[in-house]
Amino acid sequence: MLKMTHLSKVYRTEVVETYALRDFNIDVKEGEFVAVTGPSGSGKTTFLTIAGLLETFSGGEYHLDGIEVSNLNDNARSKIRNEKIGFIFQAFNLIPDLNVFDNIEVPLRYRGMKAAERKQRIMDSLERVGLASRAKHYPAELSGGQQQRVAIARALAGSPRLLLADEPTGNLDTQMARGVMELLEDIHREGATIVMVTHDPELAARAQRNVHIIDGQVVDLSEDPRFHTVHVAEEAHG
Amino acid sequence: MRQSHGSRARRFSAPRIPSPDSRTLSMLAYYLQLGLRSLRRNPALTTLMVMAIGFGVAASMITWSVFRAVSGNPIPGKSAQLFTPQVDGWGPQQNLKGEPAEALGYVDAMALLRAHQAKRQTLLYPLRLSVIPQGSRELPLNADGYAVTADFFAMFEVPFRYGGGWSAQDDEARGSEVVISSKLNQKLFGGADSVGRTIGLGGHDFRIVGVVSHWNPRPRFYDLFSTSGFADEPDIYMVFNRALDLQMRTGGRNSCRGSISYTSWQGYLQSNCVWVTPWVELDSPADVARYHRFLENYAADQQRAGRFGWAANVRLRDVMQWLDYEHVVPPESRIALVVALGFFLICLVNTIGLLLAKFMRRAGEIGVRRALGATRREIYTQYLVEAGTVGLAGGVLGLLFTALGVSGVGILFQPEIARLARLDLSLVGLTFVVAILATVAAAFYPAWRAAHVQPAWQLKSS
Repeated sequence: MLKMTHLSKVYRTEVVETYALRDFNIDVKEGEFVAVTGPSGSGKTTFLTIAGLLETFSGGEYHLDGIEVSNLNDNARSKIRNEKIGFIFQAFNLIPDLNVFDNIEVPLRYRGMKAAERKQRIMDSLERVGLASRAKHYPAELSGGQQQRVAIARALAGSPRLLLADEPTGNLDTQMARGVMELLEDIHREGATIVMVTHDPELAARAQRNVHIIDGQVVDLSEDPRFHTVHVAEEAHG
Repeated sequence: MRQSHGSRARRFSAPRIPSPDSRTLSMLAYYLQLGLRSLRRNPALTTLMVMAIGFGVAASMITWSVFRAVSGNPIPGKSAQLFTPQVDGWGPQQNLKGEPAEALGYVDAMALLRAHQAKRQTLLYPLRLSVIPQGSRELPLNADGYAVTADFFAMFEVPFRYGGGWSAQDDEARGSEVVISSKLNQKLFGGADSVGRTIGLGGHDFRIVGVVSHWNPRPRFYDLFSTSGFADEPDIYMVFNRALDLQMRTGGRNSCRGSISYTSWQGYLQSNCVWVTPWVELDSPADVARYHRFLENYAADQQRAGRFGWAANVRLRDVMQWLDYEHVVPPESRIALVVALGFFLICLVNTIGLLLAKFMRRAGEIGVRRALGATRREIYTQYLVEAGTVGLAGGVLGLLFTALGVSGVGILFQPEIARLARLDLSLVGLTFVVAILATVAAAFYPAWRAAHVQPAWQLKSS
């Protein structure tokens, strides 16, 4: 589903080159739920923005759903973002002037769907996140947890093949975070491929697989006995 | 997503995508909706922009309404076929810096008329007469008009409400035919068909043969010698020869050179005073060239006959050349238009800055839209349409200011010019078109900047 090989991202100024990602390799299979962890400044978010085609990379290869994306133009990248990728951000990133319905409608508008189908999908996704009754509310009228659910509904409405979540519970209190995480797990159980960046080891442990990034490089923790133990223990518990 | 999420995946698969045209329209409608909504956002910035555009467009439209009135083609269908001949009867010492006088004296005017070298030709001069209403107790009226020859009406496509002009035979017969305006016909006959009725003009009886529908081309190209070009509609048109027989002096300009020595009407006619405006109709460039040669030959003949002591100096200008030569567009109108356009430009430069501020405040939203699938072109279009809505609001305000300004334009211009400024449907439309297009043009750069917002940076920073 998502495969990066020897990928690098360099930020250049006149005097210095900074590698945000270096010889970065990752392979996320369809239907996986992968947590990406790492310290601040390790390159987690850069990885996520490149994965989401929001940023270009400096070297290496990136195949998304079988397509090599490095040579795609803006239109093609936007089309892939619109049709194959759903984003969930830490800060929700709902558009404050638009109500819940209109926020969820945004990606469907760019896909050129007819009004009736847009409405159907919006209401389905709102029902999915338990907010069907809030369609006419504005983001400021919702709690943080509800806003993040709306953001998830927006990501789901377009039936993406890949969900990219950047600290989805980072701005939420524990109870709301738990609710959002359970929702993501439900979505994963229904077959979604999810890549989630998080600082929180507890959340990371609930993913199928952890990928740890340090200094722009991947350290795969699947073989780490501690992670393995937690994962197995949780499965046994569940 | 994998098919394991079952019915939802199936329901959402293979969306029906509308055709590109209907999709484009649908997106434009969406952008328009977003644009109108965004007017309420940052109300201070929006108000500043709307005011800048409103003032700028109003200043431009007010001055344009005057400029349009004074600079238009008064007879678009024939302006290239109608020419006014000029023959220098004063010589290099007394003419207008080498240019012949703007009208002719009686001798030259009659010579050109009798030569019949054009398809149609007319001579004219202004009259000021008293009209004596028949069979009523009302006091005499003052009336302005022209002494013209028969071709005048056909040459200038004068529209008639009743009857028509007179014939060349009537010219020869020096008849008492007269054509009056609808306005005068309304005053004297209550608007009824007055053809065949008698009217008293300057103490003489005339027979009405035609009533002109409203006709007052502006500028009045055919008489720029005696008028500024923006006078009220003439009331009467009289047979040229009849007016001469009655020794009716010109009601307009009379320009002479040297010492004025005539003491009689015949002496006046033979003098070097110019007061008659000639016009000819010429259909083709060959006709124009031939007529020009005729004028040169005529002037050369006058030189040979000893009447002119100088080489032939003639001109043949068509309507638009004549308006240009006569500087019909008042200089203050051009200056006011240039100043207003400059002011509008400054307003637009300010608008560019304000739009930039307004758009870049929403860099985060742009990042989100890009992440959700908007292309750069879609962001660019969205913000241009949004600028169009600001322009629309500016147009509404500009229309109000234009309406106020048009009513107060007399402060800047002479009354006869100022009253030409009108807020008609075309000016209303132009106000909106200019406001919207100018604002959209001002938004090219801000929208380009918006479209090039780096979504990753915005989303990282948020």
